[in-house]
Amino acid sequence: MKTNTLTSIWSKFASLLALILLVGVVTVLNPAFLEPANLMNLLRQISINGLIAFGMTFVILTGGIDLSVGSTLALTSALAAGMMVAGVDPILTIFIAVLIGAILGAVNGLFIAKGKMAPFIVTLATMTIYRGLTLLYTEGKPITGFGDSYAFQLFGKGYFLGIPVPAVTMIIVFVVLWFMLHKMSFGRKTYAIGGNEKAALISGIRVDRVKVMIYSISGMMAALAGMILTSRLGSAQPTAGQTYEMDAIAAVVIGGTSLAGGKGRIAGTFIGVLIIGILNNGMNLLGISAFYQQVVKGVVILIAVLLDRKRS
Amino acid sequence: MRIVMNDIHKAFGANKVLQGVNFTLEPGEVHALMGENGAGKSTLMNILTGLHKRDQGSITIDGKEVHFKDSKEAEAAGIAFIRQELNIWPEMTVLENLFIGKELRNSFGVLKERKMKTLAKQVFNRLDISIPLDKKAGECSVGEQQMIEISKALMLDAEVIIMDEPTSALADKEIEKLFTVMKELTASGVSLVYISHRMEEIFEICDRITVMRDGVSVATSYIKDTSFEEIVKQMVGRELEDRYPARVPKYGKTVFEVKGLSRKGVFEDISFSVKEGEILGISGLMGAGRTEIMRAIFGLDPYDSGNIVMNGESVTIKSPADAADKRIAFVTEDRKDEGLILDYSIRDNIMLPNLKSFSSYGVIQTKDEKSFVQTMVKRLKVKTESEEKSVGDLSGGNQQKVVLAKWIGKQPKVLIMDEPTRGIDVGAKREIYQLMNELTDRGMAIIMISSDLPEILGMSDRILVIHEGKISGELMREEATQEKIMTFATGGNEK
Repeated sequence: MKTNTLTSIWSKFASLLALILLVGVVTVLNPAFLEPANLMNLLRQISINGLIAFGMTFVILTGGIDLSVGSTLALTSALAAGMMVAGVDPILTIFIAVLIGAILGAVNGLFIAKGKMAPFIVTLATMTIYRGLTLLYTEGKPITGFGDSYAFQLFGKGYFLGIPVPAVTMIIVFVVLWFMLHKMSFGRKTYAIGGNEKAALISGIRVDRVKVMIYSISGMMAALAGMILTSRLGSAQPTAGQTYEMDAIAAVVIGGTSLAGGKGRIAGTFIGVLIIGILNNGMNLLGISAFYQQVVKGVVILIAVLLDRKRS
Repeated sequence: MRIVMNDIHKAFGANKVLQGVNFTLEPGEVHALMGENGAGKSTLMNILTGLHKRDQGSITIDGKEVHFKDSKEAEAAGIAFIRQELNIWPEMTVLENLFIGKELRNSFGVLKERKMKTLAKQVFNRLDISIPLDKKAGECSVGEQQMIEISKALMLDAEVIIMDEPTSALADKEIEKLFTVMKELTASGVSLVYISHRMEEIFEICDRITVMRDGVSVATSYIKDTSFEEIVKQMVGRELEDRYPARVPKYGKTVFEVKGLSRKGVFEDISFSVKEGEILGISGLMGAGRTEIMRAIFGLDPYDSGNIVMNGESVTIKSPADAADKRIAFVTEDRKDEGLILDYSIRDNIMLPNLKSFSSYGVIQTKDEKSFVQTMVKRLKVKTESEEKSVGDLSGGNQQKVVLAKWIGKQPKVLIMDEPTRGIDVGAKREIYQLMNELTDRGMAIIMISSDLPEILGMSDRILVIHEGKISGELMREEATQEKIMTFATGGNEK
């Protein structure tokens, strides 16, 4: 019994311990890491991956995967830029873009739930389709020339009470999604589908509907991340968001969520996002080459999953 | 081969599972091992076959002490264990399954197909079974798959075969076949350990019986010297009154009707009705279409034509969620795969169909939830220290109670139960029967599918018999007998 509780504590806090350890190591090697300016910088850097990873957590909890998030980000970014160039109000544009993200996600969800297709295959296909549509729409060139709206600039570059607005967005979204996952019946259904889809269905849970909603959330998060990126760059890039799905999946996995579904927590994903962010930020501070950074990130993923195997 | 297990002890952590078990297996006998779930039968057999190490006690084979390190060593010594969950590779052929991991190869590593076929045929001949060797194992019936397992054991020259609940998924004809094979095996000196909850079978096929209770072997007796009552008493440590608690049915109005339900190639023109307070038993052979009919009613499978009527009104059910909204509940036959999320807590499982009732604007009202779950756990007498425990750790009987709890909390009008007591010990069975009586007293209608004929006869007010997708007979409680049911079930009335 005692060993049982110990393992459960270990499994809950393993990623948190890793995070603290990482912060310690980076700080010792370069104390500049803990300076407020750098921490704010860090928060802004992780907000895009954070948003996508939070949405991805729901998807992975059901035992699914969403590879299309990077392309969804690019397509919504391009459409939003196009709308603003055409004179649509920037705030309205953000709402429309997020709605489009929801629809793109719902398309994934419909194929997966109603078409009974594997999430990997469906989102692999839509990843290509959405990217292709982005390239068609932008004709392969960046869209610029919408940069004079103060409100839109604020969304990616501004500060609120000294905290970068993207970070504020990320934290608000985290709280909302955390509440949905742990306090609302929607969250219970999400876990139930991942735990045993057949039992969930037979218990009267509308599995198809929940899945469509979950992929919609993932699409919305990608679109929201896309708006932050568009605002920060002041342009929509047709190649934006490539391989973002990998960073998001990595964060979810490092955070202890099982790719088989049914087990995991969104708070763990937050820690995973922080770990990946600090690795990037810290290695930049230490002047480690970007090539090494890739190797290190990969190694961290392997270790995280290996520890996960060991404890289960 | 004579096996003597003496004073076996085993603990997992603080949990003492076996506390002094004696078990002797004579050559050529069928020895029943019986006991409630959690009595330690499986652990004892796992120790015999080397999966677990014993803490204390001795095991001798023909007088020689043995210590098997794993099941491979036990197999090499001639002891095979056929588990309830069969070891079948469904995508591979029967022949490939028979030789899996033990393929015959020539010195170049090429398979000796013809030699393997000959050997397989020899074993099949010996058992007098004919399954095509190139058939996919997944397409074989459960009975045939079991024969594959037995053949595998024989090809290893097993002298002892342990069978865990071998008949739980078999149709009656397949059970007969299995018994014939078992007799043939014992005649040639093979001894069999037969773990089962089915008393009738034990009296039919076994020579001796050892009853276990709470990790101790209570008694070993010759079948001819013991009785049903005696065994039950040894098992539960007290006398059970009746197997099927008495009840005086009070019928209300007809609450549920099915009219002309058909699905091409599966079932045809199914019409029946149930009244409030009635238990309708559905009998028939495995594969007759009983479960398929209920799955269609519950919105799990489609149907081509027909009508479902509740309280006189025609209803459309396209998904289990629709059925649940109409207050129909379905306890499926496969509680591990379809009824429960084994890794999740009792609370989470009970809440599955009840999330809507306990949330406002989608937010779960945790206080109400907690008291609801506690009430249900108490009401169904689920044995557990905490409702936060995962259901996977519970015994079969307690798992089934959790499945029932999750539906009963919804206060359904119609409760469909598919094999409600399969693989459950006598004590828990009786509790479930009592619950069924209590529910019907309050006006619930129950539709119960069961392959256990005494259960059908003991519990149902009315019995429908399904044969090849059609209703072949209807019997009232008073007139029903096993013979009449079997005649309808096998289509014998048509001749």
